[in-house]
Amino acid sequence: MDAKKEIVIKLQQDILLWQGFKPQAGARAERVGLGEIEQVFPGGVFPKRAIHEFITVLPEDSAASDGFIAGLLAVLMEDGAACVWVGTSRRLFPASLSSFNVEPERIIFMDVQTEKEALWVTEEALKCQGLAAVVSELNNLSLIESRRLQLVVEESGVTSFILRKDAGKAASTVATARWKISPLPTGTADGMPGLGFPRWQVELLKVRNGKPGSFVLEWAGEGFQEVSDYAAVKKLASGMVWAEHEGRQIG
Amino acid sequence: MQRRFVSIWFRQLLADWQLIRRPELAAVPFVFAAPDHGRMMITAVSPLAFGSGVEAGMRAADAKAICPGLEVLDDKPERARNLLRRLGEWCVRYSPIVAIDEFGMDGLLLDVSGCTHLWGGEREYLKEIFSRLKYKGYTVRVAIADTPGAAWAVSHYGKVTPLIPAGGQSEALLGLVPEALRLEQPVLVRLRKLGFYQIKSFVAMPRSVLRRRFGGDFLLRLGQALGSEAEALVPLQVPVPFSERLPCMEPIRTRTGIEIAITNMLESLCKRMQTEGKGLRTGVLTSHRIDGKVVQIAIGTSGATHSVSHLFKLFQLKIDQIRPGLGIELFVLDAPKVDPVEVPQEEMWTLRPGMDDQSVIRLLDTVAGKIGPQVIHRYLPATCYWPERAVLQARSVTEKPASRWRMEKPRPTELLKRPDPIEVMALIPDHPPAFFIYMGVRHQVVKADGPERIEREWWLDSGEHRDYYQVEDDQGRRYWLFRSGHYNGDQKYKWFIHGFFA
Repeated sequence: MDAKKEIVIKLQQDILLWQGFKPQAGARAERVGLGEIEQVFPGGVFPKRAIHEFITVLPEDSAASDGFIAGLLAVLMEDGAACVWVGTSRRLFPASLSSFNVEPERIIFMDVQTEKEALWVTEEALKCQGLAAVVSELNNLSLIESRRLQLVVEESGVTSFILRKDAGKAASTVATARWKISPLPTGTADGMPGLGFPRWQVELLKVRNGKPGSFVLEWAGEGFQEVSDYAAVKKLASGMVWAEHEGRQIG
Repeated sequence: MQRRFVSIWFRQLLADWQLIRRPELAAVPFVFAAPDHGRMMITAVSPLAFGSGVEAGMRAADAKAICPGLEVLDDKPERARNLLRRLGEWCVRYSPIVAIDEFGMDGLLLDVSGCTHLWGGEREYLKEIFSRLKYKGYTVRVAIADTPGAAWAVSHYGKVTPLIPAGGQSEALLGLVPEALRLEQPVLVRLRKLGFYQIKSFVAMPRSVLRRRFGGDFLLRLGQALGSEAEALVPLQVPVPFSERLPCMEPIRTRTGIEIAITNMLESLCKRMQTEGKGLRTGVLTSHRIDGKVVQIAIGTSGATHSVSHLFKLFQLKIDQIRPGLGIELFVLDAPKVDPVEVPQEEMWTLRPGMDDQSVIRLLDTVAGKIGPQVIHRYLPATCYWPERAVLQARSVTEKPASRWRMEKPRPTELLKRPDPIEVMALIPDHPPAFFIYMGVRHQVVKADGPERIEREWWLDSGEHRDYYQVEDDQGRRYWLFRSGHYNGDQKYKWFIHGFFA
């Protein structure tokens, strides 16, 4: 039995190599606190040297994505590194980040005027190795621009989060992972009144060399927690994956 | 080193200036007059008018009566100072420290210590200044002495020689009138009343007696002239301690040329700053073009640095702003603001990233140089509950929060800059909304928390308090709503949306 398992693992690794996936040099198998979700990434490791793209159309979605990214930043910024947040029309409320274990004073906001400047600042910031991550709110990102950012990211190793507002051209970037985070009704213990922990439908629309999927997560004060007994999980996972819902092929 | 000072007295500063501009006035007596208490008072007199008995301080009407055909020109305040500043800037060729004579406002004081030998001696030096200014059209009297006070006295009242040898200011002053000491009018009147017509008649008197009779200011002026009291000149151009000049054999017109010039100057400047443990905070590159125009670009850094490559990158972003025209013949690179820099010990293995990481500082400098420092924001907690004022702009990259971030009450991940009015159905008096309509979409509220009342800070602004509710609609989307004040019917919108929760 064990021998079979080993062969399967070996085969999986070989397939990854044939697919052109290069394991990150010197990367330790660090966890980012996403639990089961990390298993869908190649090798079971959350890719830090990569572009993560978040599709946010509604303001509610972008608030949910902000919260989800803040939860990831809490782990990425653990060593004291700073983070740059670029955008043309930022609405993020810095004081709220402390509830996601991020020190808001370690985030440098760059509120630029135009999309062009936002792209330039993003690229410059991604070149800066002293940063943990760069979050950019962009309206659209072309294939060429994203490829340029990808080259910079591979060089410097800074994680890039891109919040995109245009869903229309969703398939045309080289992002390693494409996410869609949408809010879900919260649950409280024993049906108490009021709101519980923030809960999201986390849809991984695309993972390079990985398996896309849909999960229900909540931010349980200290870290992410997968919600297994959520009644609608099955329904959402089977029928309402966003991409299919929109009738679109995701690259 | 022996300190030497030169005083240049422009005898008819404004009249000479006017004659240079309008030579046709040479045959006409003219004066400058300025309104004072409702009448025109004469402030400056031309030589021709002076010959007819017109003096500064007379009324213009009286002067016209004495001297028929007198032309009265309008004087502007600060005109003399502006003129002296321009002449002073021209005089920088003689000495780096040039100051305006604040007492008479008609002369310049130069600190010429160690400058005169370049013109072959003090006599030649004074002759050069005198003849150059005469050629320009200014009548001047010059004098050189060990103290600015003595030089001033000799230039204004000296009769023997303008060259006062080192240590000879006491003898030179003895025969002069008390006015040569730059004294106020009441003191001069008292001196004359007591029969002191020359400095030698009171210079030997005990200091305590002089102080009692004429005040401390008198003794200060006397001491400044004799050299027992120090007098500081306020130079017109403050010399920059870190400055580099690069004259070019051929005018520079290309971007490559400018880049090479900047690199050369930065290399020598940074080498000097490194040995002195200083780092650049602001840098100004001045390009003098062959057509006489001057182009300047400036950079600033978030932290003191003497790294050539980083500073060059900052200048490189601004090279586009230099218009070389026909060519640039001289580059001057100044560092007006430098700070001590701690030379970090090279660390090979430990990597401790943070806000003051060199690469982060470089990034901030680059962005500030290209787009502007106003785009960079960092926030610190403020001791304020009002959401709009809950965060504070940090002033520097390394500033630490003075208080901790509040986490007791939930705050939305996204906050609207201005609360948007919404239509709401809610039970009176303090129930959360049953549903609300925002941007034409109806949201059925399923769960809610609240209210959390936040009062306005009455010492900052006035208005209603807010009762905040955290609500979740049937789709699971979470909002931050508030009711402004109590229900009393005189306000159109009572309910607002102020944020989105994650």
